[in-house]
Amino acid sequence: MADPVLEARGLSKSFGALVANDAVTLDLRPGEIHAVIGPNGAGKSTLIAQLCGALRPDSGEVRLQGEDVTGLSVAQRARLGLARTFQVSALAMEDSVLENAVLGALGATGSPWRFWRAALSRPTLVAQAEAALDRVGLAEARHRRVADLSHGQRRQLEVAVALTLGPRAFVMDEPMAGLGSEGSADLTRLLDALRHEAPILLVEHDMDAVFALADRISVLVYGRVLMTGTVAEVRASAEVRAAYLGDAA
Amino acid sequence: MSLILVIEQILNGVQLGVMLFLMAAGLTLIFGVMGLINLAHGSLYMVGAFAAAAVAGVTGSFLLGLVAALVAAAAAGALIEVTVIRRLYAADHLDQVLATFALILVFSEGVRWVFGSFPLFLDIPAALSGPVTLPGGIEYPLYRLVLIGIGLAVGLGLWWLIERTRLGIRIRAGENDREMIAALGVDISRLYTLVFALGAALAGLAGALVGAIQSVQVGMGEPVLILAFVVIVIGGIGSIRGAFVGALLVGLTETLGGVFLPAFFGLFTDPATATSIGASLASMAIYVLMGVVLVWRPTGLFGVRA
Amino acid sequence: MIGERVLSLGVLAVLGGVALLAAATDEPFTITLATRVAILALAAAGLNIALGLGGLVSFGHALFFGLGGYVMGILAFHAQTYTPLDLGLFEVAGTKSMPLIWLAAVAVSALVAIPVGLLALRTSGVYFIMITLAFAQMFYYFTISWSAYGGEDGLSIYVRNGFPGLNTLDPIQFFGLCFALLCVVLWLSARLARSPFGLALGAARQAPARAEAVGFDPMRLRLVAFIISGAIAGLAGALYADLNRFVSPAMFGWHLSGELIVLVILGGVARIIGPVVGAGLFVMLEHFLGQVTDFWQIWLGLILLVIVLYARGGIVGLVSPRRTGHG
Repeated sequence: MADPVLEARGLSKSFGALVANDAVTLDLRPGEIHAVIGPNGAGKSTLIAQLCGALRPDSGEVRLQGEDVTGLSVAQRARLGLARTFQVSALAMEDSVLENAVLGALGATGSPWRFWRAALSRPTLVAQAEAALDRVGLAEARHRRVADLSHGQRRQLEVAVALTLGPRAFVMDEPMAGLGSEGSADLTRLLDALRHEAPILLVEHDMDAVFALADRISVLVYGRVLMTGTVAEVRASAEVRAAYLGDAA
Repeated sequence: MSLILVIEQILNGVQLGVMLFLMAAGLTLIFGVMGLINLAHGSLYMVGAFAAAAVAGVTGSFLLGLVAALVAAAAAGALIEVTVIRRLYAADHLDQVLATFALILVFSEGVRWVFGSFPLFLDIPAALSGPVTLPGGIEYPLYRLVLIGIGLAVGLGLWWLIERTRLGIRIRAGENDREMIAALGVDISRLYTLVFALGAALAGLAGALVGAIQSVQVGMGEPVLILAFVVIVIGGIGSIRGAFVGALLVGLTETLGGVFLPAFFGLFTDPATATSIGASLASMAIYVLMGVVLVWRPTGLFGVRA
Repeated sequence: MIGERVLSLGVLAVLGGVALLAAATDEPFTITLATRVAILALAAAGLNIALGLGGLVSFGHALFFGLGGYVMGILAFHAQTYTPLDLGLFEVAGTKSMPLIWLAAVAVSALVAIPVGLLALRTSGVYFIMITLAFAQMFYYFTISWSAYGGEDGLSIYVRNGFPGLNTLDPIQFFGLCFALLCVVLWLSARLARSPFGLALGAARQAPARAEAVGFDPMRLRLVAFIISGAIAGLAGALYADLNRFVSPAMFGWHLSGELIVLVILGGVARIIGPVVGAGLFVMLEHFLGQVTDFWQIWLGLILLVIVLYARGGIVGLVSPRRTGHG
């Protein structure tokens, strides 16, 4: 089996008495979509924050391409090829779509310390940005202001910015959030194709999308990994059903 | 240096501290409850001082002057809350800074227009003037002791108001969750006006009390406002307890630094140099204190952690 | 509706034109007013980089303005008294040369901006506003008690400093210098806003989490913006001191910090020409309202309130609304 691209090894994180993550271990292998599901409050956000570097784990480690990155910041991990999307779109709202995508391409160059030539007159950056916008279907909208985009277009732009980084791994936090069925279907197709460029750790509530896309699924309940398995295994699991039903009851 | 001098200076520091607390309590309360940074708080201090001086000048009664200060500052506070401030709660800090800066211009020039540029004087009432002898034979001005007493009493009163009364419950709830308090049927805009007027009244009281030992003039609120900012940054914005501790720290640092730093440098250099270096450093001491606190705790001593 | 570039050039042309006209009709006072506009606009343009691009509400930019002023004052003081300036490790001679003074003012302001920025940027929001204010006040009180350079009374410089090849005592030539510096700085800030750094800084302001997620450190971006911003304000301070041939602690005063913000907002935040429009309006208000009433600042306050509550784009925003995107 190929070496994992991204790994969580025994990640634990508590906030006071609340144990948000309890020895979470999972990995992301080349070419796959690994979905993380679980009821609200299961610790998915805490897991993402630790994987991406926004939170330091109390114990355990995060490895990116075999290297321990537990001590690195969000920005440092991004420069090593970890690209994320946000549950609530985090975009420069006053800037144009193209400028947001160029920002990602600029991030991939590793240095914002250029003060002279305009960012939009750098052909390589713009080409990279436009290619990504093309992939997500935003090429037409590239001169529009992000504030004027629809919710669905902003979700697409989130993915495009992550793409411009040319990442080794994606971490996507509910990319389908708030999308209608048509938007979800479009994004599902896109993610399906993206997994071959870089594997995707997908946290998602939209079960149709998860079952359609995931190669493996990890179920997180009360901060612990209840099980990791294929779609069929997870669907068949009585434990998972109990966890969800218990949550619903 | 005698022990008597040290005690005197400590009392002076405490006196400055409690007056700063009156200012800082209002500022921090307004920020904690409404999320508003109010630069015009110093103007309310000035309004209180002028009202006290004018009324005491006409009636000859210091007490009536104090009442006038409370009423005038609370009324001015309520007026600007209703006309300007309430439009700023949802605005960003930049707008708040600008609008309240504009209010300072209006207040300062308005007061100059009405009262002229010359300072007014507010006399300490005869019953409170002169020194008293403290245990240990220390002679200390009675009025300053009274200021300390009033400051402490107001501090206790605030604590009681916030911890023990219905209004306090609403204020604390408003700090935590605006929607919740509105859902409970409390008239939130009336509550805000009330809190703002309360903060204003405290500032006006401080202005009137301090006006009797300094001159009452346009711009008198500004240095105090900046000290009060330092106080609440040190104490943690939004925390009354922080404001109290911060105010005493700043009051003592400011007062003691001015006396002891020159003396301290006098141990190493000639008196003239020592005075000059000591005075320079003393003027910076509270800012150094603030810097140290912020390195240690970026949200102040009692601030909510981000 | 006017394009931003046309508007910018137009505003600069008006400012330059007024000064030239005043020179032709021999009205030195008007030239002085125009020079004041240019210098205040320069300081506000500096602040605009921190405030407009970086979203850093610095309420203490008088700190850098004052530093620039005192650098000029101290260097010129030592030159006019023929005494060396003792820097501890070594001594330097004073100077009356503007280019050297400018260089020193920029360097000192930038150097001070590093620790101040590092400390202030640990915090955000209201804390940042108050801490920047407090740092400026610290220097204010320090200069008041620093008797070697005039203390509270300030420091007078008897003859304006020189610039190679120019007669700086001639008002229009001094105006020309200030105006040229203003144009250069505005041009640089326009480039900066569009540069990769400007883009990243803008992202750090609008969506800090995004800036981090693409690999930038928002803190460092802000620090660099703060340093550049402070250095420009320092340059403006040196010119301002030269205009008045006088420096005093008031240059560190919080009124000045407030006024610099007002200039930026009057003109329109993050608009390249905004500071010039703001400074022009401010100086005109001060001059014309000041002739009518001693209490002109009441009117300034009321105008400001109206702008904050009702016209958020400032004057430039009214004339030339922001296009969608910059593309």
